[in-house]
Amino acid sequence: MTAVPHPGPALRIEDLRIGPRRRFRETFIRVAITISATASIVISALIVVSLIGNAFAFVREVDPAQLVTEGWFPRRDMFSIPTILAGTLVISAVGMLIAAPLGIGAAIYLSEYASTRVRKVLKPILEILAAIPSVVLGYFAITVISPGVVNTIHPGVPIFNMAAAGIAVGILITPLIASVAEDALHAVPSALREASYGLGARRLATSMRVVVPAAVSGIVAALILGFSRAIGETMIVAIAAGATGGSLFTINPFEGGITMTAAMTALSIGSDQVAVGTLAFPSLFFVGLLLFAITLVLNLISEAFVRRVRERY
Amino acid sequence: MATVSAPQMSATRAAVEAGLRSGRRDWAGMIAAFALFLTLIVSLTILFVLLTDVMSRALPVLSARGLDFLAAPNSSNPEIAGVGQAVFGSIVLTIFVIILALPIGITAAIYLEEYAGDNRFARFVNTNIRNLAGVPAIVYGLLGLAVFVTSVGLGRSLLSGGLTLAILVLPIVVITAAEALRAVPMTIREAAFGVGATRSEVVTSHVLPYALPGILTGIVLTLARAFGETAPLIMVGAITGVFRTAADQGGLETLQGPFTALPTIVYSWSKQPQEEFRALTAAAIIVLLVVILAVNAAAILLRNRYDRSW
Repeated sequence: MTAVPHPGPALRIEDLRIGPRRRFRETFIRVAITISATASIVISALIVVSLIGNAFAFVREVDPAQLVTEGWFPRRDMFSIPTILAGTLVISAVGMLIAAPLGIGAAIYLSEYASTRVRKVLKPILEILAAIPSVVLGYFAITVISPGVVNTIHPGVPIFNMAAAGIAVGILITPLIASVAEDALHAVPSALREASYGLGARRLATSMRVVVPAAVSGIVAALILGFSRAIGETMIVAIAAGATGGSLFTINPFEGGITMTAAMTALSIGSDQVAVGTLAFPSLFFVGLLLFAITLVLNLISEAFVRRVRERY
Repeated sequence: MATVSAPQMSATRAAVEAGLRSGRRDWAGMIAAFALFLTLIVSLTILFVLLTDVMSRALPVLSARGLDFLAAPNSSNPEIAGVGQAVFGSIVLTIFVIILALPIGITAAIYLEEYAGDNRFARFVNTNIRNLAGVPAIVYGLLGLAVFVTSVGLGRSLLSGGLTLAILVLPIVVITAAEALRAVPMTIREAAFGVGATRSEVVTSHVLPYALPGILTGIVLTLARAFGETAPLIMVGAITGVFRTAADQGGLETLQGPFTALPTIVYSWSKQPQEEFRALTAAAIIVLLVVILAVNAAAILLRNRYDRSW
């Protein structure tokens, strides 16, 4: 038996090394995408700097007594923070009253009850609802919700009222709550459900006493996230809650009111006329900083709850 | 030894089964199931009512005006007011988002998923992006107002609006693209590394092609969202009133000039007291929704078509 001659020169280790051009390409790409990743940090820094810088100008100039007047009228130097906080809370609370049961109910149905076929049809429809811009829901609030729904519950309300805006905000955040809560329910291992069925529990008992308690952190996270979105919602409130430019302190949902976000849009639209040097322009950033801080804290809490679900399973 | 007869056996079996089923219908369970189903139906009914209501208000305007409504500039006279400038503004803003946010967002996602591993910088960037995604849109508007409009001096222009929108959607682009990249199984990468590919070759020739449908779906949904975003545009000064577009102005002048967008015009018309503007608003909403819903439907189809389980 004769040895087969080697077909060519032996493969050397140098052949496997990457050449200078490939090495340059590697380094170049690595540097470029690292710079891209840094962009998000630059954006955060810009947000914080621009908010704090201008808000500081406001805090330095404003008389603390101006912050607790009987209403928010920036053109008359009345910057009542309680007024815009109360409006924000009333509208978000109405929104949560609508969205919490609808969103969590829909999540439980989709995750625990719906067949694959039903899911395939219903889920995209919820996604379409989620895609409707808030400015459209604002219009819906003044054309349908306010005259049709709110006026039936409480006849004689003004067309622009906080209840109608709140209901529209609720419709806006329902898909968000449903989708985050459904993810949490989905993450519960099916072994837990099977154990429950094995003990003779029915679907209702399994869902309510086993699955929902196991996913409760995620459901709380969904609610907090929805609340945070409701607080930051702008266009619905700017269109439907009334009180363009200013409002007296009120917590009655059947009156017009003003929120932090609506106060900001009103200031911005009128800000061509606002002379530089008045407090109205920097007050915009003070309110923005307040809103940013509140939503950031809520989002961090929500994220901590989500992490708890992930760690457990 | 006592033997159990066949009839006795089946009687025992029936008794045990009846005991387990407790012989009653599960009314509570059925009511609960129905109530849960109802929550979904309520949401869907709202969507249906919204669409039919807007449609019925918009149809007279759309059928009477037709293409003229799409092309005409805004006016304080509802008879001749149209969404021409708004459609133009929205298209330019979307192009801004595509040019700026997509490349930066996708490459940042590649960094986080393919390059960074679990180092401190990557964790920081990741947390940062998640928090940015939760910042209310109006705060991005303030950023645009303070930085682009005032500090950089771009003024209340299309340029400021486009940059602001691009920054607003960037975190969402990163998050959705990173999710799509994460869905590609490790074995694909290992196979490519195994035949000697460098990291960038693994990404461009193996990971990206598999992740592309997922990335595209996310991007399409993001663009739809940017298309309907209103608050930040109002903050950076999208015109809510009437302005004139000169026919002979150049590209740069247009970018530096006043602008409006579809959602902005919906907002400003919905604030008008005259009844005619209600119908006009509905017509503008239909134009807005047709774009957004078509884009969403395309994304859902895309996802269903390329949805693969590994």
